[in-house]
Amino acid sequence: MMKRAFLASLLIVGLTVAVAGCVDSRSQAHAVYMLVDTSGTYAREAGKARLIINYLLGTLQPGDSLAVARVQSRSFSEKDIIAKAMFDTRPSQANAQKRAFRDKMDAYLKTVSGSAYTDITGGLIQGAEFLNETGAGKKTILIFSDMQEELDKVTIRNFPISLKNIRVIAVNVTKLSTDNIDPRRYLGRLEDWQKRVEGAGASEWKVINDLERLDAIFAKS
Amino acid sequence: MTDLQSWMIWPDNTALSVLVLLLIAMIGLYAARTPMHGLIRATGHALGGPLRLGARWFFAAATELKERNKAVLLAQGRRETGQRIEREFERVGILVTRDLQGYPVLQRRLLEVITRIEEDYKKCGEVPPPPPDWVEAVAAVAQIKTGGGEVVQKILDEIRQSVERIHDKALGEYRRAFEERHDILEGSQPFWRSIDKILKQVDRKMTGLQESAATVDAQMEKYRQIAAKTDEAGTILSNSAFTQFNIAVIVLMVALGGAFVNFKLIALPMSEMVGAGDYITASLRASEVAALVIILVEASMGLFLMESLRITHLFPRIATLNERTRRRMIWISLVLLVTLAGIEAALALMRDMLIADKQALLQSLAATQHAASEGWIGRIPTAGQMVLGFILPFALAFVAVPLESFLHSARTVGGSLLVDLFRALGFVLRVLGNLARHMSRILLHLYDLLIVLPLLAEQLVRSLRSGEAPVKAHPVDASGEL
Repeated sequence: MMKRAFLASLLIVGLTVAVAGCVDSRSQAHAVYMLVDTSGTYAREAGKARLIINYLLGTLQPGDSLAVARVQSRSFSEKDIIAKAMFDTRPSQANAQKRAFRDKMDAYLKTVSGSAYTDITGGLIQGAEFLNETGAGKKTILIFSDMQEELDKVTIRNFPISLKNIRVIAVNVTKLSTDNIDPRRYLGRLEDWQKRVEGAGASEWKVINDLERLDAIFAKS
Repeated sequence: MTDLQSWMIWPDNTALSVLVLLLIAMIGLYAARTPMHGLIRATGHALGGPLRLGARWFFAAATELKERNKAVLLAQGRRETGQRIEREFERVGILVTRDLQGYPVLQRRLLEVITRIEEDYKKCGEVPPPPPDWVEAVAAVAQIKTGGGEVVQKILDEIRQSVERIHDKALGEYRRAFEERHDILEGSQPFWRSIDKILKQVDRKMTGLQESAATVDAQMEKYRQIAAKTDEAGTILSNSAFTQFNIAVIVLMVALGGAFVNFKLIALPMSEMVGAGDYITASLRASEVAALVIILVEASMGLFLMESLRITHLFPRIATLNERTRRRMIWISLVLLVTLAGIEAALALMRDMLIADKQALLQSLAATQHAASEGWIGRIPTAGQMVLGFILPFALAFVAVPLESFLHSARTVGGSLLVDLFRALGFVLRVLGNLARHMSRILLHLYDLLIVLPLLAEQLVRSLRSGEAPVKAHPVDASGEL
């Protein structure tokens, strides 16, 4: 009788461990989609983009997702995703994936070339699609750009978009030469983006220009 | 202000208005005196009665609980003392069996030695041969007067010489005989020492037995006191329970510290097994829960091991298991514990490897120089973690002992605290009950104070009617009755 109780307790413990392993993990996972502007003169900032990607790789946990996509003349396409990974829940495997991701990004950033136009909106729509597919609990879009959108005449982006429950963070928003003449242009540009993003249902809008304070990416406002 | 004005009978004459109002109120209060007194008294009783009843219940419950605590404590003490006496008797039994087994040999040796000594003694007692009979003849010859004759002189000289020779010979024999006796005595010295040693051995064993007997006596006295349910026994047991409780709490805190270190060692590597991205709640990872479960399983195995070894007695069913099943249980628990300890050591190693891998990744991401290899010094923490990982489960196994003490003493400590709490509550309720009763009396007096003028008038009227001296107003007695 006692032995039976003893074995039953072992079974219960085993089941507890098994059940613990079956809990849905996605709700606690973090998915990050980073848009890297490669248009015009901003392509020269690619080195800083590497810094941010490395920070993300060092900070994201096993089970999180990361995708890096370029912003080109038309960015609403899977082809613009340079690298993406859903990190394994095992830390050792996740580290290996991160190394492979870093190598892939290093290879790309060496050969980055500028595009004629800048389709940030298309990138945002693509990013939202990717993030929603991951099913992660926390979703963040990082926009590494000067936030100056330039579209050709054919491309249509002036329609409402949905960024529901997604945090949008603009990183390294450099000032254009015209911004230096009239800072209101820069401030107005950021304000316009904030309105658009918040209007699209984003949970947060943030601008981080100091790359020494990248920890603010994951900090709650 | 306007509200006040509306109450004035003569708004222009506030003083008169207030006076008239007071008089009206006084008459109204006087008219309602009897029912108001009844109401106040009833309220006092309604409040004070249940409160005093509650206080009585609490005091009665405290007394009953104290008795129950004492009964439980004495039963526990009787069981523990009984077990101690049993163990002491077992010890005495083992001691007696061991020593008595050796006693026949010891006795034989002692008898042999004594026989030998007796023989030697007898040998020593052998008297050397007495002097020859002719000694008397020599004495007689010595009395012969020579008379100056040469022949006689010569004979006597020869006799003297002959006697001296015989004397020397006899003396030599005497000396030899004494030398032999000395040799015998010298030879019996080791036997004396042997006797001394044997007797000391016996003395030591007897002292041990006496000490055990004294311990048994003390325990028996304690048992007798417990059986007699004396207050002294209850106090001693209660104090002992409090001490045990404090010690058990301290040791359990230390064990909790050990468990925390253990948890830290295996929480990270457990994520390799159950995944780092799985969450039970918003902040509780499945890997952390799994690590906790592993530690709890280790503690449980330790508990079963201690139970099976009969060191603790938390599960009566295990204590009553037959010897064969009990031994099986010991082996199963021990094997599982060793396996878990091995797993922990491996996890500790994996933890170190994971941290190193993560560090290497971060260094490569930061594009900084790799830290120089620390050689064998760098392996010390790894080895330390592995050793800790292996040892901590066994250390945790012993938590069963303080846990048992804690559980047993917690009953007494908790019971005592509950008794104190009941008494405190009873005291508070009694105070509140008395306060309610006294407040009702104060209110009665206060009420009469407000209608003092009508009461005086009443007294006057009564005294005039009866034609006697004015009587005092109906006082309110100590119990609040008129």
